[in-house]
Amino acid sequence: MLIRRPADIPPSEITPRALFDTRRDFLRRTGLGLAAGAALWHGLPRRADAADTLGALAASPFSTAEPQTEWDAATSYINFYEFGTSKDAPLRNAHRMQVRPWTVRVEGLVNKPREFDIDDLLRLAPLEERIYRLRCVEAWSMVIPWAGYPLAALLRAVEPQGSAKYVEFVTHYDPAIMTTRPVLDWPYTEGLRLDEALHPLTLLTFGMYGERLPNQNGAPVRVVIPWKYGFKSAKSIVTIRLTEQQPATAWNKSAPQEYGFYSNVNPEVSHPRWSQATERRIGELRRRPTLPFNGYAEQVAQLYTGMDLKKHY
Amino acid sequence: MNLRNPTAPQLAAIKTLLFLLCLLPAVQLAAGWFQGSLGANPVEALQRGSGSWTLNMLLLTLAVTPLRRLTGLHWLVRLRRMLGLFAFAWACAHLINWVWLDLWFDWPAIAADILERPYVSVGFAAFVLMLPLAATSSNAAIRRLGGRRWQALHRSVYAIAILAVVHFWWLVKADVLEPLLYAVALAALLGVRAWWRELERRRQLAAAAPTAPQFKGKVIRIVPK
Repeated sequence: MLIRRPADIPPSEITPRALFDTRRDFLRRTGLGLAAGAALWHGLPRRADAADTLGALAASPFSTAEPQTEWDAATSYINFYEFGTSKDAPLRNAHRMQVRPWTVRVEGLVNKPREFDIDDLLRLAPLEERIYRLRCVEAWSMVIPWAGYPLAALLRAVEPQGSAKYVEFVTHYDPAIMTTRPVLDWPYTEGLRLDEALHPLTLLTFGMYGERLPNQNGAPVRVVIPWKYGFKSAKSIVTIRLTEQQPATAWNKSAPQEYGFYSNVNPEVSHPRWSQATERRIGELRRRPTLPFNGYAEQVAQLYTGMDLKKHY
Repeated sequence: MNLRNPTAPQLAAIKTLLFLLCLLPAVQLAAGWFQGSLGANPVEALQRGSGSWTLNMLLLTLAVTPLRRLTGLHWLVRLRRMLGLFAFAWACAHLINWVWLDLWFDWPAIAADILERPYVSVGFAAFVLMLPLAATSSNAAIRRLGGRRWQALHRSVYAIAILAVVHFWWLVKADVLEPLLYAVALAALLGVRAWWRELERRRQLAAAAPTAPQFKGKVIRIVPK
């Protein structure tokens, strides 16, 4: 039997050796190009790749079982005024922020003041997933799976002194990449009473949806205080300072009659310009009633016994 | 085409074009709503969009007279009614969106907002003031009222525009840049009217009281009231 040479591969079809050797690069570059194109097409950074995940996260009894807000909504509908005051501006602009290397200085009335490298901070305590409700003062809300550990773990590591009564958070401000209009008194600062800061619900947060925080959500580290209006949960923190006096906070300085130091979610106390009785859960059409302390009353109400919450709004 | 004096069919074509142009943002918003491309909070996007377009159309309506005077294109006034009615339509959309999609006919909450929240109160007042203007926008209504009274009534559009800008100003949290831009535009549109009025007053005064006579001697000047 005659075995004929196949004539179905013309020389023009034969791949040159050099190209053959770089075929994987080609695929990678094409893939990257397509991914980049797709990202641009969608307006911006998509979910990070595997390198940005945080690994195994312990589950928490504090997590809610409510349906989670979609990633796209939670990472595109944002108040981060340093990057612009419209909801979609942070997604467009926050990529300019360098989040590595990053240090967080913990100072003030502590026995062991220290500057933490962000990667050391990340390893200070085991990371947990905390699925929390987030209630914005603008009467919308989300459900977000955060990743972090209780702020108390960090505070205990630096040993607060007996005179420390408050914790102040100072956030990153770089006029070269952020707005220079004096919309608020930059840098944005926030604060908690020490017992609030030590409460197990108060989360030092590094990630969401199992991944590192996207820049626009406050990378590389922020706090999340789920029973307070969202603006209390300061983003992109650079300094944590323990003080004896109640620290000044950005929104309170801007409009003291509208934003108190405590700013606990409270359907009974209206914002002077709008009602706080109801909220729109992002992704839902109809409003739902707002719960006292955003549904965390059982855990935190005792922090405020004897206080007139209409006065200390 | 004679820009100074368009023929009737030309004017009709201009009006049709303007109508379609004015409709465009509404089509965009509606399409965005049904395609789900209005972002994470589409009800808010509709509320903001309809509010902004109410303001835009109000300012455009108020721009007609100054534009007409500056350009000498007097037929521009024939477009004013349509612009004004678009402003009213956007205000209706704004109100309906608020009552329906935002508060879902929660009448006690709606009443509380109107009565207790100043920014809602002024916005609602602006809407109520628009009702008689929209109702008297036909030629028949102008004839029935008489030109003078019709004009006096329709001057309330100045108050409406001021209330609308205040409504916007009072609702923003900290960044007043956008309402400030509207306020500046409105101040310019109202200011130029005030200025022209003042010029007219001076002109009439000058015409009534001639300049000092050239001869020496005693002059008794009689100024008519």
